[in-house]
Amino acid sequence: MQRSWLRFWSVTAALAAAIPAAASGVELEVVPLRGEPAWSPYLVGAAIGVLSMLTFYFSDKPIGVSTAYARVAGMLGKLLAPRHTESLEYFKETRPVVEWEVMVLAGVLVGAFFAASGGGQLTGEWLPPLWEVRFGADSHWLRIATAFGGGALMAFGARLAGGCTSGHGISGTLQLSVGSWVAVACFFLGGMAVAMPLFR
Amino acid sequence: MAETQSKQQQSNQRLQGLVFGIAFGFLLQKGGVAQYDILLGSLLLEDFTVFKVMLSAILVGMTGIFTMHHFGWVKLHPKPTQLGANIIGGLVFGVGFALSGYCPGTGAAAVGQGNYDALFAMFGLVAGSYLYAEVSGFMSRTVGTWGDWGKLMISDIVPAPRPVVIASVAALIGVVLVLLDRM
Repeated sequence: MQRSWLRFWSVTAALAAAIPAAASGVELEVVPLRGEPAWSPYLVGAAIGVLSMLTFYFSDKPIGVSTAYARVAGMLGKLLAPRHTESLEYFKETRPVVEWEVMVLAGVLVGAFFAASGGGQLTGEWLPPLWEVRFGADSHWLRIATAFGGGALMAFGARLAGGCTSGHGISGTLQLSVGSWVAVACFFLGGMAVAMPLFR
Repeated sequence: MAETQSKQQQSNQRLQGLVFGIAFGFLLQKGGVAQYDILLGSLLLEDFTVFKVMLSAILVGMTGIFTMHHFGWVKLHPKPTQLGANIIGGLVFGVGFALSGYCPGTGAAAVGQGNYDALFAMFGLVAGSYLYAEVSGFMSRTVGTWGDWGKLMISDIVPAPRPVVIASVAALIGVVLVLLDRM
């Protein structure tokens, strides 16, 4: 146990030092324009691939995010309607507790904040630029409703399909799961079918 | 399995989740994939950042994890293939993805980077999860049984040794990445 912890932290520290160093070699821009990705997509993708190797090795888990929302939903459900929530089949298999994946979700929030504040890319905005051009600067309520409704559909779809853009899109596909490749194709097909009429 | 772990192991596991999550969120933000415009750009086929990030991650992760598995260092966790659920759920997910403009991971990263609208996508994700739990029994008895092929891998249906399949998929991804880079 002790030895594996030493290994875990030394690998973590080495990566924390190596990835920004590699990125500064790849990118010449000192202050990235807001809107432009700060790092090369290939570098970021490769680093996520390495991160997947680490989560398999140290945590015996593939990276995934969407189940964390379901566990949070179960925890809130237990507060509001404990007996009904306990009776639902889904929460008998997926216990509403704070485990690895819920911590990943919390970490994503924190990590993105570090990255954005360190890189001068904190946005602090209600309306994304593309949305504002299409729907106007006073479309806050429409944006909130669309984001909420879209989020709900996404969660329903992810639970049915068995994962999201992380769980299927990266972790499932990289393990050559047939269902993951089918699901990720459907993610983008369904998305295109709505996005194209909406914005073109 | 969670029940058999000691308290110590559970808190270690949680701490590891937090560290890996921070790294993941950091990378998503640096890659620009926490931005609504870039995510929508992928669905409008105008911006290929998302595809480049995902395919690079698959290329490196696949090669690395199967190599580690070969040496017995890691266990595989292939996803079950349930064709009906994968297709219907996938399409519903896609519709939600286009409307919200974020996916479950990148939405959390977008909140971290300061996009307030993404917070409502996160609320929606919690609500939608509970909604699914309400009908989970029905769904798994119906849609879940359509085309239920178990933990099927591409290397199970292609008549070639696994390393050959992996090398072929890697080469294919490499070709697609080169083409995307030229667009």
